[in-house]
Amino acid sequence: MSAATTTAGAATTAAGRLAALGRAELTLLGRSKGMLVTAVVVPLLLPLSVQQTLKGDMLEKAGLSMGTAMLSAGIGFAMLFAVYAALVNIYVARREELVLKRLRTGELLDREILAGTALPAALIGIAQCVVVALACTALIDLEAPEALHLAVLGVLLGIVLMVALGAVTAAFSRTAESAQVSSLPLMFVSMIGSGMTVPLEVFPDRVASVLELLPLSPAIRLVRGGWTGELSAYEALGATATAVAWVVLAVFAVQRWFRWEPRH
Amino acid sequence: MHPGGSLTFVMPAHDSAHCRPPAGREKLDHMNTDDHVIEVTDLRRVYGGGFEAVRGISFAVGRGELFALLGTNGAGKTSTVEVLEGLARPTGGRVRVLGHDPYAERSLVRPRIGVMLQEGGFPSELTVGEAVRMWAGCTSGSRPTGEALELVGLGHRSRVRIKQLSGGEKRRLDLALALLGRPEVLFLDEPTTGLDAEGRVETWELVRALRASGTTVLLTTHYLEEAESLADRLAIMHAGRLAVSGTPAEVTATQPSQISFELPDGHHLGDLPPLGPLGVTAHETAGRTVKLRTDALQQTATRLLLWAQDAGVELRGLDVRSASLEEAFLRIARDVKQEDARRQDAPQQDALDKEKAA
Repeated sequence: MSAATTTAGAATTAAGRLAALGRAELTLLGRSKGMLVTAVVVPLLLPLSVQQTLKGDMLEKAGLSMGTAMLSAGIGFAMLFAVYAALVNIYVARREELVLKRLRTGELLDREILAGTALPAALIGIAQCVVVALACTALIDLEAPEALHLAVLGVLLGIVLMVALGAVTAAFSRTAESAQVSSLPLMFVSMIGSGMTVPLEVFPDRVASVLELLPLSPAIRLVRGGWTGELSAYEALGATATAVAWVVLAVFAVQRWFRWEPRH
Repeated sequence: MHPGGSLTFVMPAHDSAHCRPPAGREKLDHMNTDDHVIEVTDLRRVYGGGFEAVRGISFAVGRGELFALLGTNGAGKTSTVEVLEGLARPTGGRVRVLGHDPYAERSLVRPRIGVMLQEGGFPSELTVGEAVRMWAGCTSGSRPTGEALELVGLGHRSRVRIKQLSGGEKRRLDLALALLGRPEVLFLDEPTTGLDAEGRVETWELVRALRASGTTVLLTTHYLEEAESLADRLAIMHAGRLAVSGTPAEVTATQPSQISFELPDGHHLGDLPPLGPLGVTAHETAGRTVKLRTDALQQTATRLLLWAQDAGVELRGLDVRSASLEEAFLRIARDVKQEDARRQDAPQQDALDKEKAA
């Protein structure tokens, strides 16, 4: 009897479930002005402020063109604001509204809930990286990329890591307000130490080699190397390994500490 | 535990000798254990802080049955249901839903169950229709959006943002989502809390219709009349334990019936026929009002009325009633409290005994 009465009709697929959840999240994103500004406007405007500080001999010392420097800054800001900060906020809000708990009563797997919720932010992040690259090429003479595949790899690894770290940070934020504070450390550290606004070449070698291990450093390094073609296979592999290690660590932390409902 | 077994007492305090034959017995007796859709064996759930919310409970729900879990706030109902829904792992004991572990074998169980949580959990900026569409995309064999909303009477609210819904409408939306996949087993955690009287009756009718079509339902509630009118069987939970379980009639039958009336002018309690032979187990008076408790209501009432007729007196304010679930519920809650108090004293007694033995 039990076999005969199992659900009639089409069973869901992972892709279908992700699309349904992602679509709802995109609708929500479109209805939140605050989130739209954080995710879409801020990351596109911030690189302009960096342009002033980058003038002078800093670029010469690092051997960078203004185009590559602006590209690094723009892609970094897209990842930090459009993906990371936005998702810390969204994960906390959905958890506190009991949306995550409700989703867990359905057929979605835990990882699908986190991925589907992140889908719109991740796609916006990718779109912004493309926009930044095109704008830099058109407006400030960014040269054509020497090894585009490295840049693409860098963007994808960076975005996956930002999603995972967003979930980790959400686990340690109690409310949507405190989420704005708890996302600051990674943002500050990345802006200064990951080669976004200050090229790592201006730091002493020993400091630079430590900064290369920061979460967002490998992504920026791969993007820059993809454009300049100055990254050896060995260096590219090292950067990829660092990024993958961070992803593994972040996924472990999510499994260990992520909470699906508010603390009682 | 066999579902057809009559009263299953966890507490020793009651005398079940006066039980009437259970109403649903014939129907339940021929069920074998393969038909158990929900099986809970010695379930324990302890929270991180060490609070033991569920302290070893067992029950089973047969296919097509409507089982109600009753209890005061904080009795452990939601903690129990969350384990059945696969949201949490049990600390101890075993739980099976449709023959599977609902936590470890989530992907086998989820497409066949529907869950209505105690509190919504909807993004407030989505419209009703958008929320149902999203949920439908994540539900195997989903009903069409419109049909699901019509079922719960929200068909006209499809374009409204969820934040503009009333509390009762949010409960209905929650129910619509639970019913979306035509589930074989439905978990309803306090489905009518926050509904007005009309909404409550409509929800009851819907739940009855679902049950009639073969859906197994596990319902938690703190409305006793809800359990009494809907449930095939129920269990009363208190402080993490099942105090009693059985059909509503069985549970009620554990409590004495009651007759109350005003003593006629010029008569004293002593003028009544002897209470023992009348079948009265306890009595109390308040002013001129007399309350008699009995396990044999018809016999006691007949003899009392015959006496009144012979004596030529009128029993004003006469009220003859069978025990209600409410009385059973309050009594059980009280008994369990006393039981707990005794148990807390017990360890000291044990220590004393040991000292003596030594």
